Amino acid sequence: MASVLEIQNLQVSYRSREGILSSALAGVSFDLMPGEIIGVLGESGSGKSTLAVSLVRLLPRNGEIIRGAVHFEGQDLLRATPDELQQIRGRCISLIFQEPSLALHPTLRAGEQVRQVLAAHSAPGKSALNERTRQVFAQLFPEDADRISRSYPHQLSGGQRQRVLIAQAIACGPSVVIADEPTASLDSATQMELLAVFRTLRERMGLAMIFITHNPALLSGFADRVLVLYGGQVVECGPAATVLASPRHPYTKALFQSIPAIFEERGSGRKTKLPVILGDSARSSLPRGGCPFEPRCTERMSVCREREPSLVNLSASHEVSCFKYES
Amino acid sequence: MRYLLRRLSHALFLLAGVSILAFLFTALAPGTYFDEMRLNPQIAPETVTALRAQYGFDKPLPVRYASWLRSVIHGEMGFSFAYNGPVAPLLLVRARNTLLLTITATLLAWGIALPLGVWSADRLGRLPDRLLSWATAGLLVIPDLAVALGLLVLAVRSGWFPTGGMASVDFETLSPFNKLRDLALHMILPVTALVLSSLPLLVRHVRAAVADVLNAPFLLAAVGHGIRKRTLLYRYALPAAANPLISLFGFSIGVLLSGSLLIEVVMSWPGLGPLLLEAVLARDLYVVVGGILGSTLFLVGGNLLADLLLYWADPRIRTESGAR
Amino acid sequence: MRFRVSSMKVEASAGSQNMPPLLKVENLVKCYARRSLVGRGEELLALNGVSFTVFPGTTLAVVGESGSGKSTLASCLACLESPTAGNIWFEGKDIVKVEERVRRQLRPQIQLIFQDPASSLNPRWSVLEILLEPLILRRKFTREEMKQCASSLLERVGLSPDFVERPPTELSGGQRQRLAIARALALQPKLLILDEALSALDCSVQAQIANLLRELQSSLGMTYLFITHDLAMAVYLADEIAVMSRGRIVELGSAEQILDQPQHETTRQLLRALPRMTRALPAPEQ
Repeated sequence: MASVLEIQNLQVSYRSREGILSSALAGVSFDLMPGEIIGVLGESGSGKSTLAVSLVRLLPRNGEIIRGAVHFEGQDLLRATPDELQQIRGRCISLIFQEPSLALHPTLRAGEQVRQVLAAHSAPGKSALNERTRQVFAQLFPEDADRISRSYPHQLSGGQRQRVLIAQAIACGPSVVIADEPTASLDSATQMELLAVFRTLRERMGLAMIFITHNPALLSGFADRVLVLYGGQVVECGPAATVLASPRHPYTKALFQSIPAIFEERGSGRKTKLPVILGDSARSSLPRGGCPFEPRCTERMSVCREREPSLVNLSASHEVSCFKYES
Repeated sequence: MRYLLRRLSHALFLLAGVSILAFLFTALAPGTYFDEMRLNPQIAPETVTALRAQYGFDKPLPVRYASWLRSVIHGEMGFSFAYNGPVAPLLLVRARNTLLLTITATLLAWGIALPLGVWSADRLGRLPDRLLSWATAGLLVIPDLAVALGLLVLAVRSGWFPTGGMASVDFETLSPFNKLRDLALHMILPVTALVLSSLPLLVRHVRAAVADVLNAPFLLAAVGHGIRKRTLLYRYALPAAANPLISLFGFSIGVLLSGSLLIEVVMSWPGLGPLLLEAVLARDLYVVVGGILGSTLFLVGGNLLADLLLYWADPRIRTESGAR
Repeated sequence: MRFRVSSMKVEASAGSQNMPPLLKVENLVKCYARRSLVGRGEELLALNGVSFTVFPGTTLAVVGESGSGKSTLASCLACLESPTAGNIWFEGKDIVKVEERVRRQLRPQIQLIFQDPASSLNPRWSVLEILLEPLILRRKFTREEMKQCASSLLERVGLSPDFVERPPTELSGGQRQRLAIARALALQPKLLILDEALSALDCSVQAQIANLLRELQSSLGMTYLFITHDLAMAVYLADEIAVMSRGRIVELGSAEQILDQPQHETTRQLLRALPRMTRALPAPEQ
């Protein structure tokens, strides 16, 4: 099967006020298959948010795409004109932003905000637009679609706002949705609810998703594949079940262990300290030349500082970027 | 509703307060209309004393205020000594002329400032935006009076526009259409002066407010949904930036009004400005109070209008005040 | 309401059993009035009769979905809002009813730490100023004393004393939360209220801060009220867990009880919503 989105060696940097470039993404490549959910796992400084915005070229002004390609339906988005991009955004590739309270216009009704997305990509009559808006709302709010669509964002709960964002994203029937921490600010029950919504949409519309999160727990049972980002590089990539159950990269392993694991900790285990990764999340200003995780790694070797590891195939689909697995 | 009622009662209190203060200060100012009469040897001192008594100037201030209030209720607003008639009809005509000027100038100034500010904010920091910033800064430092005088000079030299007044001498003989045209021609100069005096401030505020909003996450999200640029700027950014601008709108009415009083005098527009000036010079007490009150009414009205607009534009204010 | 002394607590702080409770909340009610169109008051019961007890040196986690009233509870306890009814006994004094003078003495002993430390740290101040502001308000310090005091506070929370002169904007999220904890510690509080204090941090950093909190508890005998929606972290950190829903505590018990025999539907829901991946993870190496 051909991929819907093909990212090749994407490199993005930010220019500081003094004009110094610092790398945020240092050569990221992966394919997204139709209907596939890829979970991108990363902490602050990993470049995960940069990844989300650079795929549709929404980088802030000081962001620069150094090289790479993002192929969508035979077109390289990094070379598309502004008009082409405007047509692709929202219609073919949609973005769902992190903070539902900030990503909605404060003084427009929820329905209007979805209607505007539809209006931007099609030119049917007013009644057709309204009808389509109603359908989209009915899909996401089976119970009180009308009330919600007439409401202003401040009248809605966090979960409802997030659903409005999803409504905007899927209104034009895109084939790819990129979601950047869509559930981070919600409580766990609402998080689970929204994951279920995403799964239903995938089934119903054949959506492919790039789901960006810092919380590995959200990905189990949800994502098909997991891509672990650290310091702007893919350090591990493979089927979700494999990566989550038996991570191989030292960073992935340490990250999973630092999450309090309830079901294993009954009894005396609870009083032990959580194993932590020392130091802080990767800063993009790290000296290049070695493995980005080397300074915090407990399994480092001398070679780690000398050159960058490249992705090694552990199996047909599981790749790790670590010298431990290089032969 | 409660919000509006509260605003309305504030406005009423303000008007009452201003009337008392205006009354107090004009009464406390040295000299009255009759003092000048006294200097005139052709008028007998007894006549002056009788006149003073007739207009109640021998009574204490509170009593005079009360009788003035009574005449306000009767729709007279006191008596003009110079015009020898009730103040209200006099004010009404003049206020209408001033309003005509101010409202036209307000609408025009905002009509230019909004698109210009949005346009500039969209190009923030680039050459066209910087040029516009320089231009508005330049306009800002020129005093209103200089602008008005400059325009007058231009009008005199070129002879394109009438240089003063509100109507030509033969106004009454013109057809309705030509009457309108004549009026419009007379308005061009004062309106231009007013617009030029308030435009730079407005453009700068619109630009700043919109530029601020253009960085908001919800606009980035809208770009991400492929919303078109025009819709983005006018349907998304402008309403989101509206709150400070609407408050500025109320304020700008006040600024334009005080500006218009000056410009009316310079361009001899028969509005409140010249009337107020004459009345102050002639110590025509009730006209002064009426003029001040009229201007305050405009100001308060402008702010009330801004509050109404705010209430209409921002659903969050509506919910806060409890009217769902 | 069921209230059993958990085995964990005895283990954690032997002897504290006989000590008087540090914090005792009785029947706390907080009611917000919302005005509606007709002027008829609409009432929102954010807290509807909440009672619990916290012993010195222990941790009580308050777990609930958003809107369950847990943040209102935090603001009431930190004297940011006054409850509509009920009592908050802190060291035997009712901070709801005592006079302002006494309350002002009690308040520094209860410190609140928020979810987003960035918004509670003035970006124009240096770390030193942020740390010592609460102290300087109380008495004068020499420059030398200030530096010493700041360094020891920073060390205590695992930050390098080199940070003293820098602005907080140069710190990472985890470092800022450490700084917020250090500032709270400056006043030598007895009770720390952590209102979603870990929620905004990266997983690996959450673990670091969680460990720090436990270290401080064993070295300083701190008492925590840990407010969170993350049941997993609550189980890790707390001796006892109170589950809140719609302004009430619907279940209160030791962490084990809550995990093994959840009684209330809300608790079961929270447990169900807990991502189950943990089972598949490798056991932590010890």
